[in-house]
Amino acid sequence: MLLRYLFLLLVLLPFKAFALIEVDITRGNLSPLPVAISPLSMDEDSKKNFKKILKKENLGSEISAIVENNLKQSGLFNPLNKDAFLQKPDIANLKPRFEDWNLIKAQALVTGKVTFVDEKLRVEFRLWDVLAGKEMMALAFTTVPSNWRRVGHIITDKVYERLTGEKGYFDTRIIYVSEKGPKTNRIKKLAIMDQDGFNNKFLTLGNELVLTPRFSPTNQMVTYLSYFRNLPRVYLLDIETGMQEVVGDFPGMTFAPRFSPDGKKIIMSFAENGNSDIYTMDLENRIVERITDHPSIDTSPSFSPDGKQITFNSDRSKFQQIYIMDSNGKNVKRISFGNGLYGTPVWSPRGDLIAFTKLHKGKFYIGVMRTDGTGERLLTENFYQEAPSWSPNGRVLIFYRETKTNSKGEGFSAKLWSIDLTGYNEKMVETETDASDPSWSSLLSN
Amino acid sequence: MDRNIVISFGLHIMLVIITAMSLPFLSKKPIDLPPIVSVELIQISDKTSIPFAPKAKKIIEKVKEKEKKLVSEQAPPKIVKKQKPDAIPLPDEKIEKIKKIKDKKQNPEKVETEIKQVSEFEKKDLFDPKSIAALIDKSKVESAETSKKLDKVTQDQDKNMDFRGLSLSEEDALKAQIFGCWSIPLGLPYNENLLVRIKLQLKPDGSIIRSEILDHARMNKPGQGFYKVLAESALRAVKLCQPLRVPSTGYERWKELQLNFDAREMLEG
Repeated sequence: MLLRYLFLLLVLLPFKAFALIEVDITRGNLSPLPVAISPLSMDEDSKKNFKKILKKENLGSEISAIVENNLKQSGLFNPLNKDAFLQKPDIANLKPRFEDWNLIKAQALVTGKVTFVDEKLRVEFRLWDVLAGKEMMALAFTTVPSNWRRVGHIITDKVYERLTGEKGYFDTRIIYVSEKGPKTNRIKKLAIMDQDGFNNKFLTLGNELVLTPRFSPTNQMVTYLSYFRNLPRVYLLDIETGMQEVVGDFPGMTFAPRFSPDGKKIIMSFAENGNSDIYTMDLENRIVERITDHPSIDTSPSFSPDGKQITFNSDRSKFQQIYIMDSNGKNVKRISFGNGLYGTPVWSPRGDLIAFTKLHKGKFYIGVMRTDGTGERLLTENFYQEAPSWSPNGRVLIFYRETKTNSKGEGFSAKLWSIDLTGYNEKMVETETDASDPSWSSLLSN
Repeated sequence: MDRNIVISFGLHIMLVIITAMSLPFLSKKPIDLPPIVSVELIQISDKTSIPFAPKAKKIIEKVKEKEKKLVSEQAPPKIVKKQKPDAIPLPDEKIEKIKKIKDKKQNPEKVETEIKQVSEFEKKDLFDPKSIAALIDKSKVESAETSKKLDKVTQDQDKNMDFRGLSLSEEDALKAQIFGCWSIPLGLPYNENLLVRIKLQLKPDGSIIRSEILDHARMNKPGQGFYKVLAESALRAVKLCQPLRVPSTGYERWKELQLNFDAREMLEG
């Protein structure tokens, strides 16, 4: 009998001691994170100096407005209204009263200070976890005063990375084709701007037709196609120095030159004897190598981020579909099998997805699929849209969209749009003129 | 020769009798587990109040009457009126003051003895050989008869609940609350291990005394930077949600909770 009760005791006691209840939380909300961006504080001397140099009344507020706008545009953050802030910026930067920020439901807080030091702009900022009541990050940047917008973008990148776990995409630029004039006689120039639409510059005069500019993933080089005396030429342009060189003249129709991930090669398609295939060119020795050799039309090649594979579109199965292959042209495999035509595949910088344009029943879609063709998701639908380009973190796509003209041929416009992977955060990117063929740069501060 | 056979036969019969008497003790051994099963049955009947049989129904009614009497003895209305607070308490003090009033509502001495009695009884019920045997026997009796013990088990219930987790509805309520508070960082690499385990120590009202990330060391490992972001988001969710929607009874059961936050399902889409 005693043994029985000893056994019971042994069974029950440990059970009771270690019965820690576990609850699995596998869902959360994807609503934007409420964040408070306090204006960066400034002393009176700094205010005067920056007003003289930059003609800005309060540079601290201007920089915080850039951060706020960037975070809002990302769709992942909800910057709170500044009117609700209870603490002054200078005091908040020293020691935030977390109860006050908690009261307005802020989960994160950005504070900072702008000073004029040795003719330079010094910006320090702090990121606070309001609920935990602790500092998450503190950084300071010193630069020439004219660089103040970039400082705002860099701060946003740091805040974004700290709170989302992935690199930001705000200190970046977008190159695109600026368009002006009637649809039948468009003047197309190469233009570049910050990702938020500011600091727009034209890089060509518009004498020649320019097409498909693409940024190098490693530096600030751009390759694009231009027609010189009706002959397609592939150019390389160094954004920093403005130096431009012709990579080569190619026969027939040449399409969409694009860099390899290491920036040492460009990949493109051109037609020889009426058959379009994919080629690479080594930028050091200018040797051209044929990658595909098929009687069908193979175009729009794009390297995977590790450079081992290439995605392209081809009509070798009668209709235009997306394929992948090894970088030497072997192991060609079709990955898109849906209804409609698939084109302009672009491999994500994260390597997990391929973005594409799809034409089905007269409508154009921008979508993504996994690299094996599964998990196809159409993010946006419109009358005409194409040419998606990834942000450097692989979260957002930029593309262009054209509007329908009326019976008189009026009302045509082409604009840049961005959409994130959720498909909900779709926004028009403001440009001075009509715009097409956008390409997103890598992070400038890398 | 015949005599020897008779003696041998007699001894063998004796041996068989002795064996037959002693073996049942061993053969009963595997039946030792049923007490837990019978306790479960009583808990369920208490919750659902299903009358198993007319006989059981009568017993339940008797128990209820007995309980009513007990409550009226424990909480005399006079004392409640006297202990009303003069002023509205400040938000921070509110919980404590209410708790104090509740304490005073009861007849302290009487309640204490009641509790003492219950706990002693429970000890007996679990470890007294006679009670265990009674519980084993109960499994043989028809189910309606088992509810006879209901009066004792309702007092036991809180203690026996220590042995199991939250009920489905309790768990669902807690999950639903935390789902709303957890802003999942969308940039996490969904092909990585995105599980964060947080151990919580809770107050009876569901507010948090202490929170601890169980895989804390992972934060500083190379290539695991995303884990810090994920862990912080889980901690924010817990803090934002507090006081947590915990059951109103059985504090001992859930005063320590482990929440396993896993973002993979959401991020994989």
